[in-house]
Amino acid sequence: MSKIISLIKGCWGTLSRPSVHLSLGFLSIGGFVAGVIFWGGFNTALEFTNTEKFCISCHEMRDNVYQELRTTVHFTNQSGVRATCPDCHVPHEWTDKIARKMQASKEVWGKIFGTINTRDKFLEKRLELAKHEWSRLKSNDSLECRNCHSAESMDFSLQSPRAAEAHSTFLVSGQKTCIDCHKGIAHELPNMAGVEGWN
Amino acid sequence: MKRQKAFTLFAAVLVTGMLITPVTAPDAQDAGPSIATLRGAAPLDRTNSAPRIPQTEETDRSRGRNYPEQPPTIPHKIDGYQLDKNGNQCLSCHARTRVSESGAPMISVTHFMDRDGQALATVSPRRYFCNQCHVVQARTPDAVPNTFVDIDSLLAVENKPGAN
Repeated sequence: MSKIISLIKGCWGTLSRPSVHLSLGFLSIGGFVAGVIFWGGFNTALEFTNTEKFCISCHEMRDNVYQELRTTVHFTNQSGVRATCPDCHVPHEWTDKIARKMQASKEVWGKIFGTINTRDKFLEKRLELAKHEWSRLKSNDSLECRNCHSAESMDFSLQSPRAAEAHSTFLVSGQKTCIDCHKGIAHELPNMAGVEGWN
Repeated sequence: MKRQKAFTLFAAVLVTGMLITPVTAPDAQDAGPSIATLRGAAPLDRTNSAPRIPQTEETDRSRGRNYPEQPPTIPHKIDGYQLDKNGNQCLSCHARTRVSESGAPMISVTHFMDRDGQALATVSPRRYFCNQCHVVQARTPDAVPNTFVDIDSLLAVENKPGAN
């Protein structure tokens, strides 16, 4: 313990003393440049891991969930707008994004140890994985849906009567959030026995 | 010599056949859209253009049944609805326990019976796959002429004073 304290004291001593060999200009400008490179590099790496290409570079994603997405309206539709993996699965706000990325370190663990590296393992784990996403969207009021779809922008008169009624009674009043009714909108559902609203 | 004559005759028949074919082909096309095959009037070496997919009706109002046993048609889109052993998206609104919230019509109680007539607590496995009988509807031209008359119209004609 005393060794650690003396080490910290030694470091603090070095840091608090003025530099003997390096100029102030080198330290300040060099520090600034190094900061820019580090920050830029960090964000570039972050954005690289935030692309569909990166997600489907693993066969777990490419062969299972991506194939299912391809058949849905979020992949092809009349207007040609497409939602890619991070649009729905990663928050767009920086702080929330970093929090989600730290959570995703568990997914790196899963990749390394092959938690879902076969179709059977994936299907067995699917309910658990789906429940994580449902609870995430439930607790943030379907934030990732609302990045594109907002209740204020919906023209109920253009919706089918039953959609208009459901949205105006449950969505606008805040009784329900998107994911309550729209589970399985972009991927196949796991066994829904016992899931609320499906029994 | 004889063989040569036979060959000439054969060639003549072939050429005549080739000449006649283009003349007869338009007749076949003039017959209009054929229901005999899906390929329609397109020549064998070509693919006909696929018909447009009709728009599903989204009236949310049930069409009447033409006969008592007719499974009611679905008055809304069901695109992308999952219906397999993992889940039944139809039942997430039409199940007995769901209709009070969804406002959708409940599935008929006949669907709770197994084949021995025993009523179960929920939908019977043999009735689980809704779109075996229930389908969406679209306004499309009739593929064949239809002279179906429902029983009410028949009875109305029979009961008319002066009939028979």
